[in-house]
Amino acid sequence: MTSVQTYPFNEAEGIELSPRYREAREAPGMLRVRLPFGEPAWLATRYEDVRLVLGDRRFSRAMAAARDEPRSSPYRRPGGILAMDPPDHTRLRVLVAGAFTVRRVEKLRPWVREITGGLIDAMRAAGGPVDLVDAFALPLPVQVICELLGVPAEDRHRFRVWSDALLSTSSLTEEEFGANHGELREYMGDLVRLRRAEPRDDLMSALIAARAENTERLTELELVDLCVGVLVAGHETTATQIPNFVHVLLAHPERWAALVADQEEVVPAVEELMRFVALGAGGAFPRYATEDVEVGSVTVRAGEPVLVSIASANHDDARFACADELRFDREETSHLGFGHGVHHCLGAPLARLELQEALRGLAARLPGLREAEAPRWKTQMLVRGPRRMMVRW
Amino acid sequence: MTWTINVDAAACLGSGMCAGARPDAFTLDGPKARPLTPTADPDESLLDIADSCPAAAITITDADGGELAPRD
Repeated sequence: MTSVQTYPFNEAEGIELSPRYREAREAPGMLRVRLPFGEPAWLATRYEDVRLVLGDRRFSRAMAAARDEPRSSPYRRPGGILAMDPPDHTRLRVLVAGAFTVRRVEKLRPWVREITGGLIDAMRAAGGPVDLVDAFALPLPVQVICELLGVPAEDRHRFRVWSDALLSTSSLTEEEFGANHGELREYMGDLVRLRRAEPRDDLMSALIAARAENTERLTELELVDLCVGVLVAGHETTATQIPNFVHVLLAHPERWAALVADQEEVVPAVEELMRFVALGAGGAFPRYATEDVEVGSVTVRAGEPVLVSIASANHDDARFACADELRFDREETSHLGFGHGVHHCLGAPLARLELQEALRGLAARLPGLREAEAPRWKTQMLVRGPRRMMVRW
Repeated sequence: MTWTINVDAAACLGSGMCAGARPDAFTLDGPKARPLTPTADPDESLLDIADSCPAAAITITDADGGELAPRD
């Protein structure tokens, strides 16, 4: 019997990828790991294995609800559509997916560019050092998702607290966690009622109309939770990746110089950085085998959970030559930074757009960008990145 | 009356969304997805899949060539 290792491997601070992933990728089979709470799980670390687990219908997210799901906190995180399987998952996802397709999102580019321009104007007017997180990385995606969804952006300071708690891996008690989640639901429920009385041209109004058309397709609670999910997922990850990308680029001055010289490089740069940055702390969203499945020469038995490390898969030399190098000229771009399979990031086209425009604006207008001091890192979150990053230019 | 399913290989990002949701209709056996059969019987849920494709790479047309999905 193989021994069970304590997980996650990554340090909470910083965005380094633990060297133990490389060891795991190079060893045969899969590791057995145990999180602070819940049952032990298999850990997939190689690209092919991770892609299989995420893309194969024989693996279920919904099954976790009935099990002692491996997790970092004593309480269970409400997964929304990320805790569902098709066809239930498809029924809900399709209601919001149309708002985030490449076609639809590309039309937003001039508007997003205008927002980044305005934020950079304000940074320049204030003069350095400025906190890139608070002055740029957060307000950009918050403003975009609030406008698209129909949430007042000026409520940012209220919903940021609840949103933080929802993605926290800290030692909140079950009651504290539940209270935060309840408040966010209540806030969103109030907005839904307001919007039902006075519809606008936003995603919330579209969801309300979809429910009015067919009440069986979407319950009121599902509607509220979809809006909560879009709001939280729609800003936290992008707001975290912007300073992560800047941090990595400044540590690779020749890559930053390439962007300063030619901003069209932002497109390959964003793909490469999505691959390169180890965003997740590791250990979230286990998949359960619904039947025996062969993964990396291990038979995962029906009913056993598997965790995947997307960051490890993205650093697999078997898939990406010299995977630990940051290069903008890779031909192999099928990274798993947005996940894979039915739960592939719904907002990926919007995230790409925001990240591209963020880097384009910074490289064009703050070419001398540098860190004024070492970033202060988030320590107890599902996603890793700077909590504060003071910059000059 | 059958529908025609097409995946635009140039647009496909290989997200695995379609093959994951409907392995009976789509496959991702390489970097790009493709329909398992070029035509299918009318099925509302196929339109849902086409609407959900993050790349808007899946088009579904009716027997007369009218585009049914993605729906705007």
